[in-house]
Amino acid sequence: MRNPLSDTIVHIEPSGIRKFFDIVNEMKDAISLGVGEPDFDTPWHVREEGIYSLEKGRTFYTSNAGLKSLREEISRYLSRRCSLTYNPDTELLVTVGGSEAIDIALRAMLNPGDEVLIPQPCFVSYVPCTILAGGTPVPIELEEKDQFKLTPEKLLEKITDKTKLLIMPFPNNPTGAVMRQEDLEPIARIIEEKDLFVLSDEIYCELTYGQARHVSIASLPGMRDRTVLINGFSKAYAMTGWRLGYAAAPHMILEQMTKIHQFAIMCAPTTSQYAAVSAMKNGDGDVEMMRESYDQRRRFVLHAFQEMGLECFEPNGAFYTFPSIRRLGMTSEEFANSLLREEKVAVVPGTAFGACGEGYLRVSYAYSLKNLKEALGRMARFVKKLDEENGNP
Amino acid sequence: MREKILAFMEKNSRIELKDLAVILGESEAAVANEIADMEKEHIICGYHTLINWDNTSDEKVVALIEVKVTPQRGMGFDKIAERIYQYNEVNAVYLMSGAYDFTVFIEGKTMREVALFVSEKLSTLESVLSTATHFVLKKYKDHGTVLVQEVQDERMLITP
Repeated sequence: MRNPLSDTIVHIEPSGIRKFFDIVNEMKDAISLGVGEPDFDTPWHVREEGIYSLEKGRTFYTSNAGLKSLREEISRYLSRRCSLTYNPDTELLVTVGGSEAIDIALRAMLNPGDEVLIPQPCFVSYVPCTILAGGTPVPIELEEKDQFKLTPEKLLEKITDKTKLLIMPFPNNPTGAVMRQEDLEPIARIIEEKDLFVLSDEIYCELTYGQARHVSIASLPGMRDRTVLINGFSKAYAMTGWRLGYAAAPHMILEQMTKIHQFAIMCAPTTSQYAAVSAMKNGDGDVEMMRESYDQRRRFVLHAFQEMGLECFEPNGAFYTFPSIRRLGMTSEEFANSLLREEKVAVVPGTAFGACGEGYLRVSYAYSLKNLKEALGRMARFVKKLDEENGNP
Repeated sequence: MREKILAFMEKNSRIELKDLAVILGESEAAVANEIADMEKEHIICGYHTLINWDNTSDEKVVALIEVKVTPQRGMGFDKIAERIYQYNEVNAVYLMSGAYDFTVFIEGKTMREVALFVSEKLSTLESVLSTATHFVLKKYKDHGTVLVQEVQDERMLITP
């Protein structure tokens, strides 16, 4: 028999998270700080809207681009939140999670050999989706000394005449880094000067802490026409399982994305779309409540690292912390594996998000205070033991 | 800071002071002072425990009584309320808008005990015109907390 498989997919490494997941899953009584999703239930008014749509028998396909009422709500949201104007009929597409939007944006924009700049550490799917779309991923290794922001120097260093697209994964999973207006301005200038495009993954845009709110790179001068903005309902409204995201882009790009979506997906789940209308219309208070709660827990976790003597820069977005374990003389994977074996606490090694995540862990705070307290208490005991073994008092 | 302390403590009054300070990003002393002040000012009136008595072997009967009264000269609603809330059997008294004047929550060991209290103590008060007694059969949710189901984290342990 001939080899039934595609060389492209066979050569793509499985997600580092998946590997660790398999180990963790065998330990039944482990407590985890490893999730990438909110601990809240979807707000009841949103769930109720989903239930109501089922009761009414709204179980058919929607248009490929998604329910018109939902696209109109998204358009209003982007206007009030990001001061961006997108035509709901021609520039918005409702997708199956932000993940689908990432995939089809890359497929719609890349030609073989085009280079895609991917700041790392980052979410796991940009690299494989780039490869599947025929592009060449070029990692940009972000550093803690820059608070894991993308700097103009680092960007310029990796631009070649093949570079077409820059991925902007902020607020960032796993580091929690954010890009403020003043950080984005020099990046936008380079994008224009070098005639590049941007895929801006803003799925965590509602979860930023401190005074300044999230700024979309698309709202900077000249950037709207060069940006595919990706967002969704999973993180802001605690709707991960509903699988619903969206892309906003100039018609020329969105039209081609819609074509792929039409052939591969048809439309996003109808029930989820009806529920999401309520999230957009009536969900601001829920988001506010959840953000405040994450912020409290963020302070709690950072304080716990401080007590343990683990360095951790202050993350201002998402619901992750990214502490450094360099001083303990172990790799991220060694640390995560021993912590799991000895104290039954699961954290994700930083290397799951790119090679430059070595020396770091992703610790999520989307957990109850009780759970955080127990898990961090065990982690402190573990670090103390390592310190004693290493002769660090 | 007060609002944040109250919002948190309303759901979890047993949080340790040092944790609460960290969570709110304030110093422990500042939070302790604020709480002490709020106790003095009767903003914080007590620290109670939310108990689902249905899950114990103790028999408890709770009734909600609608009470209609006639306020008398020199004796407004507050005075009548005082006559009612002084009884140990009375758990809560609210002045209401609408069809009746007071909602009174009574707790007793048996239905007979509650019924006797209503007929002998409450109804016989001078200002009380009428009462209607409703016994609580089951508590589903109390103080913002669902009592009937255990909350479990069903998320996968590790996700991207």
